[in-house]
Amino acid sequence: MSTEVSIAPSAARSRARLTRFSGDLGPWPVLVGLVCIAVGFQAANSAFLTPRNLSNLILQTGTLVVLTLGIMLVLLIGEIDLSIGAVSGVTACVMGIMSALHGWPAWAAIALAIALGALIGLVQSSWIVAFKAPSFIVTLAGMLVWQGAQLILLSDQNGQLRIEDSVITSIASNYLPRPVGWTLTMLVALAGAGWVVVRRYLSQRAGYGTNSLAADLGRVLAIVAAPIVVMLVLDSYLGVPYMLVAVLAVTVTLAVVTGFTVFGRHIYAVGGNAEAARRTGVRVGSLRITVFVIASALAAFAGILEASRGFAVSVNSGGGNAALNAIAAAVIGGTSLFGGRGRVVGALLGALVISSVQNGLALIGQTAATQIIATGLILLAAVTLDMSARRKNKGTRT
Amino acid sequence: MTSERSRGSGSDLRLEMHGIRKSFGSVDALRGVDLEVRPGEIMALVGDNGAGKSTLVKTLSGAQPADAGTIRVDGEPVSITSPQDAVRAGIETVYQDLALCDNLDVVANLYLGRELRSPRQGLFGRFLARGRMSHHARQVLDELAVTLPALSTPVAALSGGQRQAIAVGRAVLWGSKVVVLDEPTAALGVQQTATVYRLIRTLSERGVSVVLISHNMVDVFELADRITVLRLGEGAGVFTPAESTPQDVIAAITGGNVVPLGGKRA
Repeated sequence: MSTEVSIAPSAARSRARLTRFSGDLGPWPVLVGLVCIAVGFQAANSAFLTPRNLSNLILQTGTLVVLTLGIMLVLLIGEIDLSIGAVSGVTACVMGIMSALHGWPAWAAIALAIALGALIGLVQSSWIVAFKAPSFIVTLAGMLVWQGAQLILLSDQNGQLRIEDSVITSIASNYLPRPVGWTLTMLVALAGAGWVVVRRYLSQRAGYGTNSLAADLGRVLAIVAAPIVVMLVLDSYLGVPYMLVAVLAVTVTLAVVTGFTVFGRHIYAVGGNAEAARRTGVRVGSLRITVFVIASALAAFAGILEASRGFAVSVNSGGGNAALNAIAAAVIGGTSLFGGRGRVVGALLGALVISSVQNGLALIGQTAATQIIATGLILLAAVTLDMSARRKNKGTRT
Repeated sequence: MTSERSRGSGSDLRLEMHGIRKSFGSVDALRGVDLEVRPGEIMALVGDNGAGKSTLVKTLSGAQPADAGTIRVDGEPVSITSPQDAVRAGIETVYQDLALCDNLDVVANLYLGRELRSPRQGLFGRFLARGRMSHHARQVLDELAVTLPALSTPVAALSGGQRQAIAVGRAVLWGSKVVVLDEPTAALGVQQTATVYRLIRTLSERGVSVVLISHNMVDVFELADRITVLRLGEGAGVFTPAESTPQDVIAAITGGNVVPLGGKRA
């Protein structure tokens, strides 16, 4: 019997890389799609790639990114939350009422909104876990209930409430001072580049297969260039909005949680095989509840951002396609509806795809009708591409 | 019990189950079953459908605790009322479905539910100690002489034999004393079955006792040091492959009245 070291001869390693490439296309298709979208709309209307429009686009995307990240976590454990739009609406209304009608300070109104979001998530998910009820139904019921609650809350205000509080409105309409913006940009670029290097070192030390040197150099280049380009664009308009900092903070936190913590590992495990996770001692029920609570709290946060951007809350806050757009963005970004697969960076890019298409179509004078049709078709194309790549992967099973 | 061809050292028993009873309503699934396994011994557990093999294994794995009877590990009485109890007693069960997460890589599956944590505390719990995990994972897989692609491969991309190896590797990684394998070669091809045979022998050479549930007489006679036969919830004899034939064992399973040559009735 051979007791030779038999793992990871270089041939096997490159085969693994090959299968990974053919099976999981990673963020590349979405990135290519984004470039096509940018080039296409720029050709149709040269206002698309102007600092003014791109700044605007970033503010439009912020809310969607936060909602998308929340729903991605829920999809990762193989569940769904249809109520996130309604939760973002009702919690933003509570914040607006406390701030505008009861004179609460901004921090208290914001904290209440987020706590309420978390509480709603706790109630809904406890119901799902306790009664083994499908999350689709429980959150659908939640969506209806919270939409109704929102109507009641604003019934004395003719359906709309202006937010005057300067702290709340500053989130989306105030900008970092220039030196702070540039310092932050450089820190992000440096941290990103350092991160690629550290990960390469760690996976080499741990005996995982490493990416090729060229690929990692490309990554460093992209990670350094991206924040600098974004900063150059923003700088030639009004600068870095507070909102962008807040959204990036949420994004980075979730990337770390999903990728490097025990909790994150268990999220993927429950999504991949809940029964296996349970048998090996993962507390599946409380993990499910935690994920729903995070998603709901993030929905509340998204509602606050949206209220800040519109200087108001209304019966339409969080309504319309908000939740469905977030689900579409997560799926376009490579998240599986069946759990266990999806990444933060994908969700971020998926949200960017949806908001830049809607922004671009509006810019060339298309109506909301065209925008939602386009969103639907992109969703279909993204899922089809992903499925065919996956099918090919099955053929190359080792 | 007599057996000459044992890899066990001395007469001390690794696992003793005595008088195990289990009923479901009015059905007596186990009516006082005994099972004894020596250190490093491969004990096959055979019987017809409904003979009580799965029930016996579930009392051992904690999935369905026994109504009566005693279980000892290395002479120490243990009380097994949950899967956690079984794991604490050093008994690891590899179920037929293997309980792997297809979307996770080899290391993540080996450490599933028992991840090593780095001392750094994050906002949402401890960070994973990825380096230490893959280091130990590699050692264990090397000891089991398992050939795998990179450790970062998702287990969905592995063959049936390799997947079985990951599931068994878990047990080894956690220093289990007894590994229960439920039909490990069902649904495997010839080559992969050979891989699993080798794996089971390696376990036994490392001093791990193996309880092997199988329908397959070829498996049983190829691997087992001894064979315990269950019939209708009772022991129907312990055989040694060297001294008996598959016909003897089959007779015991079906209750035919062929007297086993090498073994004796329990």
